[in-house]
Amino acid sequence: MSAPVLAWSILAAQVMLGLAMCCATYRLVFGPRAQDRILGMEALYVIAMLMLLTFGIRVSDRLYFEAALIIGLVGFVATVALAKFLMRGEVIE
Amino acid sequence: MSTTGELPVWAALLTAFLVLTGAGVTLIGSIGLVRLGSFYARVHAPTLGTTLGMACILMGSALFFSVLEARPVTHEILIAIFVTLTTPVTLLLLVRAALYRDRIAGSTDVPPADAGDGSPPPENG
Amino acid sequence: MSWLLPFPLLSAVLLLLWLLLNQSISPGHLVLGSVLSIVASWAMAALRPGKPGIRRPMAALHLMAVVLIDIFRSNIAVGRIIVHPQEPGANAGFMTIPLDMRSRHGLAVLSIIITSTPGTIWVNYDPAKSVLLLHVLDLVDKTVWIRTIKGRYERLLMEIFE
Repeated sequence: MSAPVLAWSILAAQVMLGLAMCCATYRLVFGPRAQDRILGMEALYVIAMLMLLTFGIRVSDRLYFEAALIIGLVGFVATVALAKFLMRGEVIE
Repeated sequence: MSTTGELPVWAALLTAFLVLTGAGVTLIGSIGLVRLGSFYARVHAPTLGTTLGMACILMGSALFFSVLEARPVTHEILIAIFVTLTTPVTLLLLVRAALYRDRIAGSTDVPPADAGDGSPPPENG
Repeated sequence: MSWLLPFPLLSAVLLLLWLLLNQSISPGHLVLGSVLSIVASWAMAALRPGKPGIRRPMAALHLMAVVLIDIFRSNIAVGRIIVHPQEPGANAGFMTIPLDMRSRHGLAVLSIIITSTPGTIWVNYDPAKSVLLLHVLDLVDKTVWIRTIKGRYERLLMEIFE
């Protein structure tokens, strides 16, 4: 009986993470300022990483772990680059 | 749908609990991203997902694969170490950039530059 | 010996990470990981950072436990603020804390601790005045936050690094 419980729980968790991604996307699209958009993107990639981990549990495949690790690495570099870009002053607005 | 048939009941239930808790905490953090009023308040919201939310889902994943493959699978620790070390750096840089921009814009909601700031003064606004 | 291993602890941690990443302790991975970690520690030595001296490992473990408990508790506190019905985050604000710690490594660890904990973010540190500027989500009583940061974290960090 344990398999359906786990499968439904992971489905519910993925729905919750999907809603969380929607919230982050709202911040990414509607700003209002550039730093809010970057914050939304930072939250979005962290949630995407968690989503990949739950996919890995769902299909019992460890390969998803590698993808999650790479998303973590690349997202960090992207956010740091964007924050440095903001530091240079009024470039975007 | 999935191949979790051979997992013992306690491991399945514990994994389900950990994954659900992690996803719930992350969702609450993201709701804060929408609900909180100012940028500086919103910065606090994603840290829920990067601390407790991430820890719960990683523990669930490590437990699941350890029981499934009958040997300790611990490389989830790598993601935990990496995210714990990098998220503060990005948030710190982002807050400093926002503060710099608000000071250039002449906002009165942020502390002035002499309240403990080493950032360079605005050159040409 | 120090030309070969300028940072023994860093090399050991890197080797451990390499073995974790590959999930194997076969001789091939041991050799490859050792070579990579030694080369990486040479690269680190070329940057000439100040060498941190960790005085008391037990204090470090104690600090880790304290921080983990605090992260768990502030997760719950921040979650309650967010789902609060009317206008969450109305109490958010900046505050300054004078610090006694001068060690650069201690300050770096403190910045990671403060920013990782939900509800507080390290904004700036002025080395001339040794004043820390941080932003707090639930700024009702400043003395509570000053007591938390100075009493719980800074005291232990000064024991470890100074």
